[in-house]
Amino acid sequence: MKWQDKYTPVIGLEVHAELKTDSKMFCGCVNDPFGAEKPNSYTCPVCLGMPGGLPVPNKKAIEWTLKIGLATDCQINNFSKFDRKHYFYPDLAKGYQISQHDLPFCYNGHLSTSEGIVDITRIHLEEDTGKLLHKTIQDKKITLIDFNRSGVPLVEIVTEPNITSGAQAKEFGKKLRQLLRFLEVADCDMEQGGMRLEANISLRKIGETDLPPYKVEVKNINSFRFMEQAIDFELERQATLLEAGQVPTQETRGWDSVKNKTFAQRSKEEAEDYRYFPEPDIPPFTFEKSYLEKLRETLPKLPEAQAEKWQAELDLPLDLINRVLIIHNSQVKLDRLNEILAELKSQDLNLINFFNDLVNKKIKVSIQKDAKQTILEFRKLHDTETIDQTELNNIMQTVLKNNQDAVIKYQAGQTQVMGFLIGQVMKNINKKIDPKIVRQTLQTALEAD
Amino acid sequence: MVTPDDVAYIAKLANIPVSDEEKQQFAQAFAETLTVIEELRELDNDGILPTHQVTGLKNVWREDVIDKEKMFSQQEALANTDKTYQGFFVVSRVLEEKDV
Amino acid sequence: MSKLNTLTLQQTLTGLKQKEFSLAELYQATLEAIDEKNKELNIYLTLNNEALKKAEKSSNLPLMGVPIAVKDNFCTQDLRTTASSKILNEFVPQFESTVTKKLLEAGGVILGKTNLDAWAHGSSTETSDYGRTLNPRNTDHLPGGSSGGSAAAVAADFCTIAIGSETAGSLRQPAAWCGAVALKPTYGRVSRYGVAAMASSTDSPGPIAKTVEDAAIMLNFLAGFDSNDATTSSQPVPDFTAQLGKSLKGIKIGVLYQDIAGLEMVNEQLEKQLSVFKDLGAIVGKTPALNPRYAISVYTVVQRGEVSSNLARYDGIRYGSNRSHFGAEAKRRQMLGTYTLSTGYAGKYYELAQRIRTLFIEDLNHLFEKYDVLIAPTSPGFAKKIGVTKRAAMFGELEDMLLEPSSLAGLPGINVPYYRDPETNLFLGLNFITPMWQEALAVQVADAFEKNTNWNTWRSKS
Repeated sequence: MKWQDKYTPVIGLEVHAELKTDSKMFCGCVNDPFGAEKPNSYTCPVCLGMPGGLPVPNKKAIEWTLKIGLATDCQINNFSKFDRKHYFYPDLAKGYQISQHDLPFCYNGHLSTSEGIVDITRIHLEEDTGKLLHKTIQDKKITLIDFNRSGVPLVEIVTEPNITSGAQAKEFGKKLRQLLRFLEVADCDMEQGGMRLEANISLRKIGETDLPPYKVEVKNINSFRFMEQAIDFELERQATLLEAGQVPTQETRGWDSVKNKTFAQRSKEEAEDYRYFPEPDIPPFTFEKSYLEKLRETLPKLPEAQAEKWQAELDLPLDLINRVLIIHNSQVKLDRLNEILAELKSQDLNLINFFNDLVNKKIKVSIQKDAKQTILEFRKLHDTETIDQTELNNIMQTVLKNNQDAVIKYQAGQTQVMGFLIGQVMKNINKKIDPKIVRQTLQTALEAD
Repeated sequence: MVTPDDVAYIAKLANIPVSDEEKQQFAQAFAETLTVIEELRELDNDGILPTHQVTGLKNVWREDVIDKEKMFSQQEALANTDKTYQGFFVVSRVLEEKDV
Repeated sequence: MSKLNTLTLQQTLTGLKQKEFSLAELYQATLEAIDEKNKELNIYLTLNNEALKKAEKSSNLPLMGVPIAVKDNFCTQDLRTTASSKILNEFVPQFESTVTKKLLEAGGVILGKTNLDAWAHGSSTETSDYGRTLNPRNTDHLPGGSSGGSAAAVAADFCTIAIGSETAGSLRQPAAWCGAVALKPTYGRVSRYGVAAMASSTDSPGPIAKTVEDAAIMLNFLAGFDSNDATTSSQPVPDFTAQLGKSLKGIKIGVLYQDIAGLEMVNEQLEKQLSVFKDLGAIVGKTPALNPRYAISVYTVVQRGEVSSNLARYDGIRYGSNRSHFGAEAKRRQMLGTYTLSTGYAGKYYELAQRIRTLFIEDLNHLFEKYDVLIAPTSPGFAKKIGVTKRAAMFGELEDMLLEPSSLAGLPGINVPYYRDPETNLFLGLNFITPMWQEALAVQVADAFEKNTNWNTWRSKS
């Protein structure tokens, strides 16, 4: 009997994404830790934790967080604030991280996947820490610290534990990334640490509704593929333990992508006590309904919604639509594309051809080219040339003469031979012309007799 | 009652090294202070909201612009310590992963 | 003629303008006093050797290069800043606090950095890691704290005016003990950027001066919204000297009487002063207020919680030395703060304290429905003798209990010395409290009162 017949996976994700604002979350330092030429060159008294440094929040980062919440159908907290989260670590300059504890900006949202809806518990905003580099220099084991990343705005998205497979987790992650890129708030480059994934994994007996008495946290996963593999591995590992009558240890594990297994990391004896209290240096936030409505209006039509609209209005197949959406991953590109589509429609041009050309990269929608230019390109690809009517008549007469039996068949009512006759005429013309014109000309000639 | 063991735990949380003697002394001082704090319970505070900010300010934020003037050069950032290496701050090897 | 360093800010600016004396002469007199007595009094921890040079370059600016003493918890660019802790013994900031930046832009000169209770924890300046400061009026006694060095600098005429900061009493109490005027502005009136944080929700930088008028002049330069500090107000900044000299007719003054053991002497002395207000046309009434004993508990919890958080950044990695160099008081406060914030206790102590804080704010708001200004003794008594702080963990809080409620509410206040004991040469001070943003009113009333005392005669007698 497979464990899947006995147990249901209970999986929740925690995703961190660096927002690509120009400046940091609480100060005006450059927000580009990956692109900095030198370590510790994008710092100031605030993000370096100097005596008397004070945080001033980045408005854009907050608005972008609200947008992410609105785009995932979250509730926005009327009253929200930042809190201090205390712990000591060399990459944490102030000895506390400014984050959000009990009143995050957004809560109770969702994203759908092919395996069902994943609920989003909360979305909050916090600051990133500095970066550590472990080195051995002259036989001494040391750790180097770079604070260029300290203070970068970080949005944290936490799901309910209602993900039930590694595949679904991967799909959720990808959808979330697509959304963040589409909103143009984050690049989510996993190799640069722009998006970080953590999974909480446990199993419960099918039919039970209580949460399992343990959960295993898997951290430091830096690709969607690894996340799926890690989850699958963990589920097997935990199922084996459960079947043997053991409860898996509640712990933090890492993913070894070489050995393809999770491994236990040093576990702590007691849970960390973060001593949260409201950040006294930053006044709280209230958001009026009218403000949120205005913000909602600036949301681009999201990929899902756009797909539904095209399906309904243009009668195009869904997978073709999705392939086009992946290429056009920003509101500006979509706006231009919609302009072109409207124009194509009014000129009664073939939309499927156009979409196929986009997917096959025969045509590119660019913001530099206006709609008319792109349409001209498209017509060139598919358009027919013109032919002098006299020339056409001559060729047609030749074909008719050489195919008298077809003529007789047509005139006897077997109109399907028209196709054959059109083909013969087209073969003898060295131009690409609209078959409709050939048909018309033939019909006229045949019916005249 | 605050015991020296309690003090040891708190000192660990607060990242402050304390000697055994200090643990004893602080246990005593804490006990005194806690007695005074307990007086707070004498006041009726049912339904009273806490004041975290006296300013009454709300929604204070700044535009997303770079403040070059306020930024440190690398030299300034490193100026206040000699424990640096090729532009980095240096500490002896950090062994524990942070659990956050 | 009295020595140049004993002149008020107003007199100094006038004298310089009218060329009665030069900057060089002013600095000479000031530095002589410092040479003579600083070693004994331990007021300045660091002196600025470039001061006179800077002064001469600033002579065209409004503050004309006058020498100013700055409490050593303000980060001053390229000038050593220690917060009186051994942890920052060698710390030289690479940036300027907003307050000192404004001073410099106005033409003031930082003559030196003054001693304080380490990290501004304390009400005596006895808990500095660099030794205690002595009260210039009577060196067997303490100057109060935490801005004891700045208050003493003013009392000893080691400067024309000084800058300090107050969390709950740290400007007004040392001013009362040393015999000086201190103006604690409304919380949010003056930027905290660059001031080593103590209790973030109450810290207020402000001037310590020889007269109320001087303090008001200085506040004009310091006040205002700062984009570096999200808790500063965009309230318009009035001219704080505008109401000086206006009649007190019709102003309602409430006298806060606390019927608490130990306050009998100061209450008695205060009683004698009430006729001054009446003669000036004010309406005087007595009123009880919420027992300040509870303010001690509130303040203790809030302050220690916030301070344990604010000192977490001193780990010796980017600057300063490691945490084993904290003094005993700093260790104690951080640990108690950590304790009151920790899980299981956060709801017990910190949240509870913030609720009682609301009660104090409401209580004071009620009083201001009846009165325009509230007055009370600044301190329960005269400056204490040296060595007293060693005995009690809660020393500071008890000393500051009359100041804590208004500080927790963020209200502005001014201390004015009004009584001098002829035997000890020690002073008592009166505290004037107004609603938020009404420093100009406090200045008006305090100034009228000051001019009716013998303060001007006493202040420069040693």
